[in-house]
Amino acid sequence: MKRLNLSLLVIPIVICWSCGSGPGQTEEAEGLEDTRPLGQASVVDEESDANILQVAIGSEAHSTLVAAVQAAEIEHILVNAGPLTVFAPTNDAFGKLPEGTVDNLLLPENKSDLATILTRHAAPGRYDLDALKKEASRERKLYMATGDYLDIVVDGEDVFVGGAKVVGTIETSNGIINVVDTVILPE
Amino acid sequence: MLFVLSAMLIVLIPGCNSTEKGGALSGDIAERVYVAPGELDEFYAFISGGYSGQLSIYGLPSGRLFRVVPVFSVDAEKAYGFNEETKPMLETSFGTIPWDDAHHPDLSQTDGVVDGRWCFINANNTPRIARVSLSTFETEEIIEIPNSAGNHSSSFVTENTEYVVAGTRFSVPYPQRDMPIDEYKGNFKGAVTFIKVDDEGHMNIEFQIMMPGFNYDLAHPGRGASHGWMFFSTYNTEEASSLLEVNASQNDKDFIAAINWKKAEEYMAAGKFTEVETDYRHNVWDESTQMTTSNQVKTVRILDPAELPGLVYFLPTPKSPHGCDVDPSGEYIIGSGKLAASITAHSFSKMLEAIEGEKFDGDAYGIPIINYDDVVAGSVEQAGLGPLHTEFDGKGYGYTTFFISSEVVKWEIGTWEVIDRAPTYYSVGHLMIPGGNSREPFGKYVVAMNKITKDRYLPTGPELTHSAQLYDISGDKMELLLDFPTIGEPHYAAGAPADLIMPNSMKFYRLEDNNHPYSIKSDAEARVERDGSEVHIYMSTIRSHFTPDNIEGIMVGDKVYFHITNLEQDYDVPHGVSMIGANTSELLIMPGQTETFVWEPKRVGVWPFYCTDFCSALHQEMQGYVRVSPEGSSVPLSWSLDGEKMGGE
Repeated sequence: MKRLNLSLLVIPIVICWSCGSGPGQTEEAEGLEDTRPLGQASVVDEESDANILQVAIGSEAHSTLVAAVQAAEIEHILVNAGPLTVFAPTNDAFGKLPEGTVDNLLLPENKSDLATILTRHAAPGRYDLDALKKEASRERKLYMATGDYLDIVVDGEDVFVGGAKVVGTIETSNGIINVVDTVILPE
Repeated sequence: MLFVLSAMLIVLIPGCNSTEKGGALSGDIAERVYVAPGELDEFYAFISGGYSGQLSIYGLPSGRLFRVVPVFSVDAEKAYGFNEETKPMLETSFGTIPWDDAHHPDLSQTDGVVDGRWCFINANNTPRIARVSLSTFETEEIIEIPNSAGNHSSSFVTENTEYVVAGTRFSVPYPQRDMPIDEYKGNFKGAVTFIKVDDEGHMNIEFQIMMPGFNYDLAHPGRGASHGWMFFSTYNTEEASSLLEVNASQNDKDFIAAINWKKAEEYMAAGKFTEVETDYRHNVWDESTQMTTSNQVKTVRILDPAELPGLVYFLPTPKSPHGCDVDPSGEYIIGSGKLAASITAHSFSKMLEAIEGEKFDGDAYGIPIINYDDVVAGSVEQAGLGPLHTEFDGKGYGYTTFFISSEVVKWEIGTWEVIDRAPTYYSVGHLMIPGGNSREPFGKYVVAMNKITKDRYLPTGPELTHSAQLYDISGDKMELLLDFPTIGEPHYAAGAPADLIMPNSMKFYRLEDNNHPYSIKSDAEARVERDGSEVHIYMSTIRSHFTPDNIEGIMVGDKVYFHITNLEQDYDVPHGVSMIGANTSELLIMPGQTETFVWEPKRVGVWPFYCTDFCSALHQEMQGYVRVSPEGSSVPLSWSLDGEKMGGE
């Protein structure tokens, strides 16, 4: 049901964003189109189940993450056929970083670093909470899209990946979003 | 050396000419067919596949091929005719037939205008009519036509899609029986069939009119004032049964048969039909169960035109008319005598007056023949050689193909004057203007479908694709814009604006609406059931695995049904599946769909299956194994995913 609710939330927002027709959105969307191709992220599809990017855009708690994804210009990765598991830090998670960190990463000259940090939050495959626990029980690490391996730690009912606690899991059309309370930074 | 040089010159000169005659280098022609990456075509074109048995769908003006829709021939790519869901679609009264010769697509209409719901198309060889959905581009229904043979004068739609008609090219003994061929005359009959179409598109044979034993070639409906009439061209009014190229070309005039189907409805309502025994199949796909059912039908209702006044009239038309086309106003019926030097235009209003005044020139098997002079409106004289088919642009002009002189000729309705002519490369058959046989054609392009290709493409053969050519007809002069290759042998085609089709497109099947008897709605429902030697696997797919993907306890001699449900609800994410040694095709399963293939394992071992469609980044990991034990083995039936047993004995 959680997934359904989020999908409902996301649809009107996505339409505005994709068509650039929403109030106050036109200029920004057109600006994006002028500067770079969005790839599959520009596909208008109001019928399919929402994908990772669409769900993230529809989640108020992830506005910083979405802004970061857009600044890093990696939207197309999150709408790809996948399957992909994204560990999605909340706005509060970004808020826990030292002051100025996010603003600094959003600067154009830091685009590459930002993309790397974000990509390190994505694992090829479909890992919901049960799958993560199973991987942990097999003493496996999680292979991330940057080539890093992250530790999976199970503590009672809690699951931590790369030190970040999974606080919610959302199924999407092209994979899994695991909401996390901490930004996973390189060691 | 001199000889060689002069030979080269001779070769070079026609080479230059051929570039010029194509005209592709002149002006802005390239821009007019160029659909930039990411842009969409303006029109859909539905082009018959002829002996491929399929319907192919192109964009205009680009000539890009979008889809080959399997209709009358099996298609391993889409499992059409191979999976359990579509096998019944190819059932006939003669058994399963994996092929046919698909000829004349025609689009459904409302108020004489193409409405974007369905495309109908005929099978020529084993007479059938199919209906293809324009929201899914899938064949949804096929109905067999009894008492018919060489179902060529088909599948033309009346202006509110009340009927699709099917006329027999080859007359046959009626009833079919063992008899000498040379007793053809009077004993062979030609059935024309009126198939009622309901609001959901479902077809039913309403009645057949048992016509004299001529060859019924093509047809088109009346429209506007002539709505309620259907016009069929005939040849072989000589009733020859051998060497027709000579013996069916004897009469100066054959006929266009004008059939008053509203009158036929009156006769049907009055019970003036004979119900006779027959045997044909009617195959219907159900969107809810995603299964096709093949039903046997045992009777058909026959109307006898000799006994029913006002039902049929014959309009004399020169020299074995082929095309039979009605202009957008419905007033003119154009007959193109294959062997005639001119194109004949009959007048519908003159026809009504002649009937009223009984201006008849005798009868044929009790059907009145109207005096030629009392029905003809005019003719386009000396337009070319070998006229075949005519389409209309809605601006007062007709466009007729000429096979022998390889050209399209534009002429003016009413004055019958030739306005323009354009060569085709080579020997054109049908042509198509989107909506060109409706009240409101979209007169921007004409597609000419050629029978001979020769040097139009890279030459390696000996078999060559047939070539289609696109002309711009928006100006006074036709302009050749583009060549593009086709599938099989295109006969007729139909076209419609993309805007009419696109809004109805189905992106995927809703899982909650999937009532396939073997569907599952989640991984949790996946299971394997044994009933004697029959095993049913209820399997699901989602990026990027099968559930279950390890199955044990299958035995040699089992008949294993793989029922695969694609749980995706995401546009353009099909999964495929195939099993080593399965004597059938792969499956290609659309999101929300369930499909079934049968595997009868013949050898002990552990046998892999895999996803055949590159579905995702981990597609190559999408596989599974089935353990096959000897017949009578005690290995229990079990199934699992990721080492976790999901169920079993």
